[in-house]
Amino acid sequence: MSYVPDNLKYTASHEWLEDLGNGVYRVGITEFAQEQLGDIVFVELPEVGESYAQEDECGVVESVKTASDIYAPLVGTVTAANTALEDTPELINDSPFDDGWIFEIELDEDADIESLLSAEDYRNSIADEE
Amino acid sequence: MKQTVLNEAHRKAGAKMVDFGGWEMPINYGSQIEEHHAVRQNVGIFDVSHMTVIDVEGPEATAFLYQLLANDIKKINLNQALYSTMLNHEGGVIDDLITYKISEQKYRMVVNASTREKDLAWIEAQITEFDAFMQEQTDNAIIAVQGPNALATLQPLVDLELQEIKRFYAAYNDDMFIGRTGYTGEDGVEVIVPSEAAEALWQQLIDAGAQPCGLGARDTLRLESGMHLYGQDMHENITPLECGLGWTLRKHDETYNGAEALAALREAGVQTKLIGLVLEGRGILRHDQTLIDGDGNQGVITSGGYSPTTEKAIAMAVVDKDMNPESLQVQIRNKTLPCRVVKLPFVRNGKSLIED
Repeated sequence: MSYVPDNLKYTASHEWLEDLGNGVYRVGITEFAQEQLGDIVFVELPEVGESYAQEDECGVVESVKTASDIYAPLVGTVTAANTALEDTPELINDSPFDDGWIFEIELDEDADIESLLSAEDYRNSIADEE
Repeated sequence: MKQTVLNEAHRKAGAKMVDFGGWEMPINYGSQIEEHHAVRQNVGIFDVSHMTVIDVEGPEATAFLYQLLANDIKKINLNQALYSTMLNHEGGVIDDLITYKISEQKYRMVVNASTREKDLAWIEAQITEFDAFMQEQTDNAIIAVQGPNALATLQPLVDLELQEIKRFYAAYNDDMFIGRTGYTGEDGVEVIVPSEAAEALWQQLIDAGAQPCGLGARDTLRLESGMHLYGQDMHENITPLECGLGWTLRKHDETYNGAEALAALREAGVQTKLIGLVLEGRGILRHDQTLIDGDGNQGVITSGGYSPTTEKAIAMAVVDKDMNPESLQVQIRNKTLPCRVVKLPFVRNGKSLIED
């Protein structure tokens, strides 16, 4: 069973969100997602300042096996991107919930936070796949 | 799904199992990149028991293979191996395979798992004209031991001197068939053993320091070595002349299956070729990405990926014959990125051959 921290929110497409306050959330992919992908060798980060609608493709994580899109979990504007991933994409494998964070997004006022999954909901959603 | 006799051993070793052409096979045992490096620097072992072993025997076995295979079966010595394509009458590639000469009247072919049914059907149909018969050998496992320390690792487990088996030759050790061949570009052997002996051999190799490696590492290793993968770099709708396998065809001879079609194609002019590519800048080259140059010549990546040894994105591609290497670009999602054409292989003897 993959580790799913209780203090984060999740999407069905395997992103996690950490509430940094003031409507800003940090986003990455879950431990389960990186396990499925295998060794990660390239990350295309979203551009800081760019606005995205919920579920827009905003980046790509590529492993030895495949390319996987990253989606904006909610509507908002990207305020930071983890440029350490450009040279060390394997941080996502080694530390998916911490050093392997991908970007930060400031949510629009009408962002549908209720659409996110709780840790328990996310655990249930991946239970069948594990 | 079909399982090899090593299935249980893979699970115990923590393998992530996937469906590979109807076979449940290990894709990796944790980190594909570590497995890749183990083969380049030390020794790795692969379960390739899903591959199909077919023995061909009879007074006309040689004559049969001379027609069936596009390479020259008559040029190999006793115990020597031959890499060849098997073509249809249009010159398209039904499969690529290795054939070992066991005796003057007996050969052993190892063909791909994914093409087993059509290969058997084709061979069966072709052999009827000859005084020879074929027999699939199913009660065995195949373990590839690959890497600079492959021979030293296997040596204590066998009675013969492995170094005395020449490259691309084979030898028997009791009921163990050892071919000094592989699909990684490193030194090593592929061992065919009776099913009941496979798990013990696998475990002994691990105890001796060999890293179990999955199909993922097998693919990046063969790509770095510039080796074709059936179904991607060649298939039934392309001839060896058009995808960089012209070197495997025997010359001045139109008696093998597909030879006439190839002669006609040579006459008309071959329109494509295979090239090696390195991506300039950031990203990963992948199968099916399209290429274009400044003159409108096109191409497509047939195999691509991240190369752990060179730490670059590399690919093999089939392109229009006049493709201009100076203005070659690849389409990756919504971006167009420049590529550099390089000679194959990308890696030899564990070292990158790509100049910076």
